[in-house]
Amino acid sequence: MTNKLNTYTVSIYTENNIGLLNRISAIFLKRHVNIECLTTSQSEIDNIYRFVIVVKVVESKIKNIVKQIEKQIEVIAAFYHTDKETIFLETALYKVKSKSLFDEKHIQKIIKNSQANIVTVSPDYFVIEKTGWREETEKLYDSLEPYGLLQFVRSGRISVSKESMNISNILRLNTDK
Amino acid sequence: MKKTNKISGAEAVIKCLLEEGVDIIYGYPGGAIMPIYDELFKYEDKLNHILTRHEQGATHAAQGYARVSGKVGVVTATSGPGATNLVTGIADAQIDSTPMVCITGQVASHLLGSDAFQECDIIGISTPVTKWNCQITKASDIPEVIAKAFYIAKSGRPGPVLIDITKDAQFELMEFKYKQCHSIRSYTPIPKFSINEINKAAELINSSKKPFIVWGQGVTLGNAETEFKEFIEKTGIPAASTILGLSALSTDHPLHVGMLGMHGNYGPNVLTNECDVLIAIGMRFDDRVTGNLETYAKQAKIIHFEIDPAEVNKNVEVDVPVLGSVKETLPKILELVNKNSHKTWLNKFKSFYKLEYEKVIKKDIYPTKVGLNMAEVIREINEVSKGNAIIVSDVGQHQMVACRYAVFNQSKSNVTSGGLGTMGFALPAAIGAKMGAPDREVIAIIGDGGYQMTIQELGTIFQTGCAVKIVVLNNGYLGMVRQWQQMFFDKRYAATEMINPDFVKIAKGYFIEGNKVKKRKNLKSSIKEMINSKKPYFLEVCVEKEANVFPMIPSGASVSDVRLE
Repeated sequence: MTNKLNTYTVSIYTENNIGLLNRISAIFLKRHVNIECLTTSQSEIDNIYRFVIVVKVVESKIKNIVKQIEKQIEVIAAFYHTDKETIFLETALYKVKSKSLFDEKHIQKIIKNSQANIVTVSPDYFVIEKTGWREETEKLYDSLEPYGLLQFVRSGRISVSKESMNISNILRLNTDK
Repeated sequence: MKKTNKISGAEAVIKCLLEEGVDIIYGYPGGAIMPIYDELFKYEDKLNHILTRHEQGATHAAQGYARVSGKVGVVTATSGPGATNLVTGIADAQIDSTPMVCITGQVASHLLGSDAFQECDIIGISTPVTKWNCQITKASDIPEVIAKAFYIAKSGRPGPVLIDITKDAQFELMEFKYKQCHSIRSYTPIPKFSINEINKAAELINSSKKPFIVWGQGVTLGNAETEFKEFIEKTGIPAASTILGLSALSTDHPLHVGMLGMHGNYGPNVLTNECDVLIAIGMRFDDRVTGNLETYAKQAKIIHFEIDPAEVNKNVEVDVPVLGSVKETLPKILELVNKNSHKTWLNKFKSFYKLEYEKVIKKDIYPTKVGLNMAEVIREINEVSKGNAIIVSDVGQHQMVACRYAVFNQSKSNVTSGGLGTMGFALPAAIGAKMGAPDREVIAIIGDGGYQMTIQELGTIFQTGCAVKIVVLNNGYLGMVRQWQQMFFDKRYAATEMINPDFVKIAKGYFIEGNKVKKRKNLKSSIKEMINSKKPYFLEVCVEKEANVFPMIPSGASVSDVRLE
């Protein structure tokens, strides 16, 4: 078994229950694994939620972690994927002084070239949104930084797997029992 | 006016417990659980509440009860400190797969998060050590949640569940309707077995020359003692037990070759690294069993019968995993395996036993030194109890000695804290064990250290008259730690010596008959007197102060490097 640290996207389908986030994060905590990012949202199925968690660990560890997650009563299924096996994106917001938009003509070019959108403009500041891979949002960050970023925030990864996850099937099987 | 049959949430809790067939609960009252206790008072003819002297005692008593009866142990406690005092017992039940439902009171829902008196986030605290937990803030949720709690606690791989009920939900009125829970859509208690895996396992077993079975508590938890016995008898495969698997097969069975692990028997440990097929049944390859994983059974093909998919390939990579309940999978493989006997191979275990007998066992159970030995106490107990007693052991040297030497004729007779190694477990667990199996003799074997961790439960024994027999093997040390200090820390006995009180007087203070043995000539008669007593009985045996437990696999060493001295 290799000891190489890999980035894994863990996808977890769950019931919508108070405390489940705590229960899932405790599994990482117990193994001293840092969570790189975490998002949770409604999934494609009514009342079923989906966690997307990104961690950097060795493969043997992620296997063990995913099994422990799947074992939790309110978890329907859990998967782990490498970057190659998923389609994933992040969204970043950049808050910049409005003044620089007019003073520095270059900024408009940066926004255009990076295919970012201006979300809002006010007399004091404007907000740019960029969705894409980490390298893209980072590149835009580097380009805007010299002009003074008032705020910067990046969402956790959202991702869908290339393979099918068959959650509806699992639910149907467990309900028919 | 329309007639309604509304009852309080607190009464609903009691009715739910009755619906689940609960007739005994262990607990301790307090502010936030008073409405439930008030209802208990009304139902005391149907539901026996045992007032322990500490909430931790309640959890261990419930564990002892569950382990011998196979039923779910039930605990009640108040919020705050009442709830936090449950944590050790819950963690112990989680790691040893003991079915338990703990019900805690909580401050009223409008006070949640206000740091109210005795408020504590017990859901947060208990999350990593429970199979499931849930907070209830509405009375109408009580029946469904409690039904789920019992289903989860006892199904699949059992474990502890905690239900936290706010005080307002206990007072609130609701219409009671109960339906037992039999499935949860996000939960698969028993994974489906694959006949393909069973075929592969059978092939491996049929072609093996030196197969070896290692079994654990899964056999007992799956009620598969008979299926297990049929399997080993047909295949003629020698079998060794983990500490929690003991008593699933009677000690004198010709294929029972002993206990595995750090202080287990010599043959099973050494021959783990010589077998060609290792068949693990309902066990989880704990590090105390495997020693160094890098050198564990590397030569063998490994088959793992396991109910919990998360245990497969967790510590040891297996060749054939057989998921499912052993109650179902063992009969399936029984049809496919050839009748066999592995005489030469079995004899190897016997010769290793002879070696261990000469070097360790003989000196342990028939010592020639003046001082008394722990092992001879267990031998004497075996002789009087004829192996019919339930042995409840605490944690430490005495535990290893008790588990090595106790004779078990029937299943569910060995109650001990395995995974968590909780000192203080035995005294309260023995109370629960006696109540779970009132017709059986229950003997607690405890060290002088662990005994003083939950000694207050003598009060519970006195108040209930629970006829447990308590044997304290007193060496004036925290013996296991002292042994490690002697072997690995150049005899620096840091904080392991104990200056002990007069234990017999303490027992007598609780009106429990007590006796102290210092000399060998009095040992047998004292044990006889203890076992013949119909009441609770305390026996202190002063044993050799600096005796060590062998064999021993030093921590981090290979199973085959097990030392006899």
